[in-house]
Order: sequence, then structure tokens, then C-alpha cells
Amino acid sequence: MQSGGGFSENAARAMADAGLQKAIAKARPHFVQRRQAAVDRLPEFEALREAGREIKDHTIANLDFYLETYAAAVEASGGVVHWCATAEDARQAVLGICRKVGAKTVTKGKSMVSEEIGLNRFLAAHAITPVETDLGEYILQLRDEAPSHIIAPAFHLNRDAWEESFRAAHTDLPVDRVFRERRDILTEARGKLREKFLAADVGITGANFLIAETGSSVIVTNEGNGDLTQTLPRVHIVVTGIEKVVPTVEDTLTLLRLLARSATGQEMSVYTTFSTGARRVGDPDGPEEYHVVLLDNGRSGMVGTEFQDMLRCIRCAACMNHCPVYGAIGGHAYGSVYPGPMGAVLTPMLQGIEAAAALPNASTFCGKCESVCPVKIPLPNLMRHWREREFERHLTPAAMRYGLGVWAFFARRPALYRLATRGAALALGVLGRSRGRFGWLPFAGAWTRTRDFPAPEGDTFFAQYAARRKEQGL
Amino acid sequence: MSREAILGAVRRGLKRGALSEGERAMLAARVARRIVPARGQLELAGRVALFAEYVEREFGTVAQVAGLGDVAGAIADYLKGQGLPPALAVSPHPLLLGLNFGGLAVRFGTALPSDAVCLTEAFAGIAETGTLMLPSGPMRPTSNNLLPDNALVLVRAERILASYEDAFDLLRAEGAMPRNVMLITGPSRSADIEQTLELGAHGPRRLHVLIVHGAA
Repeated sequence: MQSGGGFSENAARAMADAGLQKAIAKARPHFVQRRQAAVDRLPEFEALREAGREIKDHTIANLDFYLETYAAAVEASGGVVHWCATAEDARQAVLGICRKVGAKTVTKGKSMVSEEIGLNRFLAAHAITPVETDLGEYILQLRDEAPSHIIAPAFHLNRDAWEESFRAAHTDLPVDRVFRERRDILTEARGKLREKFLAADVGITGANFLIAETGSSVIVTNEGNGDLTQTLPRVHIVVTGIEKVVPTVEDTLTLLRLLARSATGQEMSVYTTFSTGARRVGDPDGPEEYHVVLLDNGRSGMVGTEFQDMLRCIRCAACMNHCPVYGAIGGHAYGSVYPGPMGAVLTPMLQGIEAAAALPNASTFCGKCESVCPVKIPLPNLMRHWREREFERHLTPAAMRYGLGVWAFFARRPALYRLATRGAALALGVLGRSRGRFGWLPFAGAWTRTRDFPAPEGDTFFAQYAARRKEQGL
Repeated sequence: MSREAILGAVRRGLKRGALSEGERAMLAARVARRIVPARGQLELAGRVALFAEYVEREFGTVAQVAGLGDVAGAIADYLKGQGLPPALAVSPHPLLLGLNFGGLAVRFGTALPSDAVCLTEAFAGIAETGTLMLPSGPMRPTSNNLLPDNALVLVRAERILASYEDAFDLLRAEGAMPRNVMLITGPSRSADIEQTLELGAHGPRRLHVLIVHGAA
């Protein structure tokens, strides 16, 4: 399902999509259980979370210094840094490098920043063929769909969708070719993409971390596609955001211990690779040119604001893996490159709160995202800041503003508030006594359409509290 | 110019100008905190055992041999067991160049896409998670870690260290950061299809680690 329309419509459509619901139900419990098992195996995990938070906070507080140190180290190792204030700057930088080396095809490792800047569409429009090599990204490219999850992009697809897309795209397949097993799909993709790796002129990857001390970019994959992308073509381009920089190799190791465990529940991803500059004298392989396209695109504007904490994010996806809202609607409904709680904070920054006002409201504020975040980002609090900005700018729907006004009238008059709520609770209790729940209530149609409303049992909290104190003679 | 615009915006957010020389020197002298998991911090035999346990947990296989003289035999046995022909590409590392490969057909150099098997030498093993460290260089082509379906990696038992930090300390002692440093934990895999694990994505389908004792 692709998002069109607003968030509410997308969400309703997602909840009615049987295929999507099947895919979510199948995948979600794994993420939660595997992360917990990995955390339980490492007694130092909580200490690492605190250290991870400190490393990122320290880096952001000195971000100008670490960016300059990083850029100097990249240049010292024979690489080139392209500073890009906007998405358009970054697209032009990539295109400029591709044109200079006469590139016709580029292979790509998975990169959310390249999604953020719409790189594939842009390159294709300029006669350069991008080929996604991460298995999940590859099928989405065949289907012309957006990722629905930041580390498991094809999270929303069931196996029959994979087979259908491969048959449609790989026209050389014999009609009797079977895709009975997941393995058959993987083998087909491996064969097809191996040809692409060997033929590509340029390889584009993202970066999980940039190391100021050494000028290295670090990528983490399980497939090995990112490594083939950055080893075989003549030119390697790293497309990444300024918040990925960390001071030293040791800081990176601390964050790596958090990343895989939080993301997939692995102790360590299969391939964690540190790349530093271009091929050296005597090196038998590796790229002849190494470029870093360093993107700001609104990130520097978060420094010093209430949203600064979001710059700590290491893109592990634990927040969306544990979010009840993401779990009900999947990623596409958010209509943004970054879904789930982290996306609900980041998207208004990238697109403007006017365009993304619904997203910070797509939360029950249960706090699970914050409790699993490896760098302790207070995600519910950041969403609350967006809600405040939304309200200040009068972007909230009229009915909701009116409702809040009514509530505020009572909330400012405690005696009246207690009287009104007590009256309502007692009345609902009497009316609902026979069934214990309501199938329909005035003004609560949106609730009762999909589930019953429980009837209150007994008095309000305040009334019960007062009665007990009286009983105890206080 | 974007560079100055970005740095300027960051400094405005931080409500300060560029840092002074003294402040920059202090940051450059910062030493990162190390929180190294206790579980890898064992004596040699314990580290080797934990390393082997984690390699196998991550779907790799392990063979331990008593010395460099037993490597060729262990490789021949492995290839036979997997139903593979007795032929392999070998990274041109001095330790590997000096081995007697017996009846195995060996080609030293950079792996080609047609090579089914490749033997490399790991700079270090890391007990903490069963991870191999493979830096690039004239003796260690990066392609050899990635292209063949079957990756055979020799690691000397004495080089199996407690943590990633220990491995990077050893690497730093040898000089500048190599162009490419791979930390490899198990064979290539993907869970992109229905979030179910399948081995053998773009890198090797099989990872076989030969731990060589008594070859410091």
C-alpha cells in the first residue's frame, strides 16, 4: 500500500488491509523477543545505553568541531567531502560525481538518507540507472514502492508478492521455475545482483557512523551487499547526515554494541565495515575515488532546540518495533520516509509541522519507545513539543480545539470538575450495569465503532480516596 | 558555501562562536570511555572456547588444529565434506604463502567471481561475539572476504582477543587505519523475506573458521 491522502485515511486503509495485517502479525513478535533476549545476555547493556547517550550528547555539543575534524581526516586519507545544506545540494553533488566519471549504472547499499533526498528518482531522470542491492530495497525498487520500515524495508510484503514481482521483472525466468522456498527467491536475487555489482561504475552506500578521529565511514549489513557496493565499483560515494559523526573508534564500538541488539536482536551484525579513503598504494582492490556527501537538510536547525535530543538517533528501529501504533498500521500510513515514533518526531522537522501535524498525534504516549531507545531519546516528550507547536499555530482541528476548551473550563474549576466527572461516572455506571460495557455512546462514535466502551464500576478515584481516608480516620 | 552555512547554523544553535584553540585541544585530548563486556575477558583457552561458541551460534563452523602443518589436511577434509572440488583461491599473506597445501589446487591473489572457495587470514578473532577482524592491504584483498560462496578463515589462537577494543589497539600498533576494516560475524544472511532468516545473501553462504594453535 502506498500512502496518498492524509494520515487518518491511510491508517484506516492499513487496518483494513488483510495482507499487511498478516505481514505485521508474523514479523513483529520476533523483533521484540529477539531484542529482549539479546539484552538479557549482556549485563552491561544499561551502562552502554547511558554511555551511548553521553557520547551523542557530547558530540552534538561540539558538533562543529567534530565535523571539521572528520572532514580534515577524510581529506588526509585521500577522500573528498561534499558539504550539502539541502537535499537538492546533495542530489547535485552525487550527479556531479557520476557525470565526471561517466557513470551509467550505480549500485546502492541501503541508505535512508538517499530515500530522504529522493536520489533514485533523480538519478533515473538524469539517465543514470540506480540499482538497489539490499534484498528488501531491491524488491521495492521492482515494485516502485517506498520502504515501510527503516531496517526491514519490505516488512509489509508476503511471500506471494515477492514471487509475483520476480516473475514480472526477471523475464528470462522459465515459467516452470519454482519459488517454493524463501531460499529460491534469495538465490535468484543473488545471481541477478552479482552481475550488477560487477558492472556498476559507482557504488553508493549510507553510513551508520562517521568517525572524526580517523575519517572513516562505518556501515552495518547482514547481506554483504553494502560491502560489494563499496569494494567493486571504481568510485564509492557515502551519502549521509551530519548527525552521524562520533569522536573516536572506541565511541563507535560502544554504539555498535547497542545497535544490532536494539535493531534485530543480533549480538553483532554480520558485516561491520570501516572505510577510510580510497585505494592505497599496493592495495589489490577497492575504489579509486572515495566521496562523502554530507547532508544537513534541517539537522543543524535542531541543535539548541527542544528537538536536539533527536539528533542522537542511531536508526535502529527499536521504537517502531515496539510501538502499538506502528504495529496497527505499518510504516506506509505515516506517508514519510521515517515512520514510527522516530519518524513522528523527525518528519515535521523535514517537511514542516503544517504538512506533518498528524504524525506527533499518532501516539498513545505509552512510553515503550523511550524505554527501548538505545540512546534514551525522550520520544513521547518530543512528540508533545510538536503537539504544542501545532496547537500554537492553530493547526489543530476545530472540533478538537473546542473539546479541549470545554475540558479546560472544567479543569480550571476543580470542584465543578469533580462534580461533573462523578455525575458522569455514576450515571454511566447505572446505565451500563446490565452489560458492563457500551456498544454505542453519544460523542464517542469513533471509539465505539471498533470496540466497546467499558462501563465505570463504582465511584471516581477522588471520591474513593476521600472515603478511605475518612474510614482510616485521617 | 554550504560548509560555512552548516557550521554557522550549528554554532548559532549552540549559542557560541568557533571554539578557541584551548578548547579544541581539550576535545582532541578526550579519551573515550570503554565499557567492555566482562564475558570475553578470560585467559586464552577461555577466549578461544567462547569465540568458537559464538561463531557456531552465528551459523559458522569451526575446526581447531594443532599447528600450521595441519591446515592443508583440515581444508581438504572440509572441502570433501561439503562435496566441493579440492581447489581454492588464497590471499597472498606471508603466513598462507608459507603453507604446504599438499594435493590442493591453490591460486594466490585476489578472488574472482568464479572462485567457489577462498582462504584468508584474520588479523584477529574477537571472543565477545565470535567476530573476525579482516583489515585490507596488499596481503588481504577485500574481495576475498566477499566473493566466494565458501569463506575459509585462518585465525591463530593467540590472536583471539577479548574485545573489539583489544583488536583495534593491536591494529593501531601496526600503523594508520587501513582503507577497509571488516568485522565479520558469521556467514552472509538476510531476513528481508517475511522477517525469516536465510543464509547466503550476497556474501559467503558458508563461513568455516580454522583456529590454529601454537603459531604465534
